[in-house]
Amino acid sequence: MSRLGTYTRRGFLIGSVAVAGGVVFGVRSYRANLENPLTAALGPGEAALTPYVKITADGITIITPRAEMGQGIHTTLASLVAEELDVDLADIAVEHGPPSSAYFNGGVVEEGYPFPATDQSALAEFARAQRDIPAVFLAYQITGGSTSTHDAYEKMRRAGAIARETLKAVAATRTGLPVADLKTQSGAVVLPDATRLPYTELAADAADVELADAPALRPKSEWRILGKSQDRLDVVAKSTGRAIYASDIRLPGMRFGVIRRSPYPIGTIRSFDATEALALPGVEAVLDIGTAVVAVATTTWAAMQALDAVTYDWTPPTYPADTEGHFAAIAAAFATNRPNSRQRDDRDVEAALNGAATSGAEVIEAEYRVPYLAHTTMEPMSAAALYQNGGLQIWAGTQGPTVARREAAKAAGIEEDAVTITTTLLGGGFGRRGEMDFVQNAVKVAIQMEGTPVLLTYSREDDTSRGPYRPAAIGRFKATVHNGLPVAVDVSTASPSILKGINDRGGSPASIPDIVPDFTISQALWDQPYGIENYRVTAYRSDPLLPVGFWRSVGASQNSFFHECMMDEIAVAAGRDPVEMRLDLITDDPSRRVLEAVAEMADWGTPLPEGRARGVAFALVFGAPTAQIVEVEQTPRGIRLTHAWVAADVGVALDPRNLDAQLISGVSYGLSAAIGEKITLSDGMVEQSNFHDYPPMRMYQAPPVTTRILENAPHIRGAGEPGTPCAAPALANAVFALTGERIRSLPLGDHIAFV
Amino acid sequence: MDITVNGTLHSLDLPDDTPLLWALRDGLGITGVKYGCGIAQCGACTVHIDGQAVRSCQVALGDTWGDVTTIEGLSAPDALHPVQQAWIAHQVAQCGYCQSGQIMQAVDLLSLNPTPTDEDIDQVMSGNLCRCATYPRIRAAIHTAASMMREA
Repeated sequence: MSRLGTYTRRGFLIGSVAVAGGVVFGVRSYRANLENPLTAALGPGEAALTPYVKITADGITIITPRAEMGQGIHTTLASLVAEELDVDLADIAVEHGPPSSAYFNGGVVEEGYPFPATDQSALAEFARAQRDIPAVFLAYQITGGSTSTHDAYEKMRRAGAIARETLKAVAATRTGLPVADLKTQSGAVVLPDATRLPYTELAADAADVELADAPALRPKSEWRILGKSQDRLDVVAKSTGRAIYASDIRLPGMRFGVIRRSPYPIGTIRSFDATEALALPGVEAVLDIGTAVVAVATTTWAAMQALDAVTYDWTPPTYPADTEGHFAAIAAAFATNRPNSRQRDDRDVEAALNGAATSGAEVIEAEYRVPYLAHTTMEPMSAAALYQNGGLQIWAGTQGPTVARREAAKAAGIEEDAVTITTTLLGGGFGRRGEMDFVQNAVKVAIQMEGTPVLLTYSREDDTSRGPYRPAAIGRFKATVHNGLPVAVDVSTASPSILKGINDRGGSPASIPDIVPDFTISQALWDQPYGIENYRVTAYRSDPLLPVGFWRSVGASQNSFFHECMMDEIAVAAGRDPVEMRLDLITDDPSRRVLEAVAEMADWGTPLPEGRARGVAFALVFGAPTAQIVEVEQTPRGIRLTHAWVAADVGVALDPRNLDAQLISGVSYGLSAAIGEKITLSDGMVEQSNFHDYPPMRMYQAPPVTTRILENAPHIRGAGEPGTPCAAPALANAVFALTGERIRSLPLGDHIAFV
Repeated sequence: MDITVNGTLHSLDLPDDTPLLWALRDGLGITGVKYGCGIAQCGACTVHIDGQAVRSCQVALGDTWGDVTTIEGLSAPDALHPVQQAWIAHQVAQCGYCQSGQIMQAVDLLSLNPTPTDEDIDQVMSGNLCRCATYPRIRAAIHTAASMMREA
């Protein structure tokens, strides 16, 4: 039976438990009464705890409870365990864990605390140390916020270490040799005479011995796997068509559903006529699921045809009918004079601005705008579900399986115990698969189609034109410049609230009251490590408009554009080089070093050929200081992006080649949006529907991206998002340097031609 | 409707105007071919018909003029196509959803042009979208595959 193991500094309780033919090693945390996610799959008399390592006669499996959406997290999480367990990555299997509050993500909660990442004060450290407690109770099994590695960094290595030591203890008992004489290597305990006892043969006994004390984790200098580039565990499957996404789930008797949501996002269906649709070949049902209509047929194509043959009567939109109306509503939030938050208010900005005239300082001000953005993951939203005998099975690529299970139960009107969720690979996430709509909708279909498994697919058109979206937002600043430096900076931002949207749509782990300031609105705007004497950051929350949610790098995706274009405008007004001015202002050493690194990488300051120019941006985002330089060239066909350089500090680089891929991906995602992506409205409907009018960056547009990872920051951080926020401002600043035109709204392609 | 996919003859009871994409995915359960846009804008559905890369979302089942090869039929598991080997060597895939189409397009490119330049690659591969932006590694992998195939 399960026993408590060693209580560690971070509050993790390591335990083991027998399973058929072997043992599971896992981690409990805090003294919460965590559920045991594997229990349901075990036989009588068996029990389980939070599993991270499962060893049976058949092999070694590492459970990686974060969603693999392209960021390589399965490989990195497996590496953490394998490093201490002494197994080779090639010899293990990985599984997404089932939904369980035990797989909480402490990192997500930390990201929401009101302390800048550079704040090393006792209070901030205390808050970080306490982060796991609310996370457990909120059942945050969430993949997002670039938090997976720092959440797992210690606990998954420790699970591996204790498993290793316990297997050694089994070998010692079996052989009569002292533990100190035993070594471990490549999945086996090695005796002094070089005899190998494979873990798979020791596993059955491992559940019966006392767990070894938690040994000290191996120092970085002894790492064999971590710190070195690893082949992705999913790379062969993803190069041979064998990787299974939710869209690829096929079950006996499966039917295919396609959804048509209201063209007025947030709206519902009043009535519809499916007479013609039901007469089409292969069409079996046209269902009213309240907020949408779903056609079910023998193929996805037949279901799509059926939806086109339905006539709909939708409730009219409750928000402004066109884009300008949305920006007017956002601008109105500033006028309320009721800030949602003011997380920075250094010295006296008002006095500094008012006194500028007498002090001889120059005053500059400007307004910036960013549009709504779609995520357009390559795999449109989908989920498979089967409801039979009172049980509901779901297959989904979700970034939040515990919340998905709750929402599934709610949509079905059954208990959570009756719901099982299998997390598949995700064909891109970028925040979109943290939404619950595709699970809720698949469940509503499954309930009406009891006994028949249905795969629900969103058409690309539905996915693109119904949301949720990255919020549209407005940024404003007023600054005074004196003797080559900003003396006062007053920056503010307004947008609809992501947290309110997610809360209202059922995507939040716990209810978020309206009175709680939405930290995403001011994210990466208020906590930048610039030492400016008078510095004020205010965030305003507009009324709800289109549905908005998390989009790669969340609030930083607009706020770094506002802040870093502002810094460029200040540098111009101050007559300063934008890199040098920032270096004069930055108060945080790792932040300064990424900026110095990127300047060195790009040879910043050396003269460029005629027709070329560069822009720079810096941001401290998700705890990772990141700096970028983008170079552009004027060509007869428009502006071409010739190169991008990015330096980021993740504290500890676990897998350099994967970090390179993540930074390139993040930078490119940001550049893509900055050049040509926007969601606009007319007549209450979104005007974009597919890749022809919502054009992501293609290969011929994508610049080479040179990356550098630094390790000076005090905490390990993820790299899935930090590449994105600086892309737009670095590009916009480069365009200004090239053309003299200061473009203050995105996408830049609305104002100037790109190749 | 009879159709040969990856060397196997299948009989499908679907309307002739069903796009090949959906005939493969939903009719035959061959899911390596992906739906991304349905309007030939993303390339995720790329398969070969008689060795030529086509967007299977744009080919009606009834118009399929030859033998179909999907990524599943490109190679045997123990003898991967050089393009797949290069994809693995360069660790191209991230989310991986577009990669079947990318690989099928790249195989077609190299069959027509064994020594492509960066510009050649950009021109042919720009019809295949990747939201993870694996483009630099795709380009590098195609160069590697080209030299592997020349040396073979």
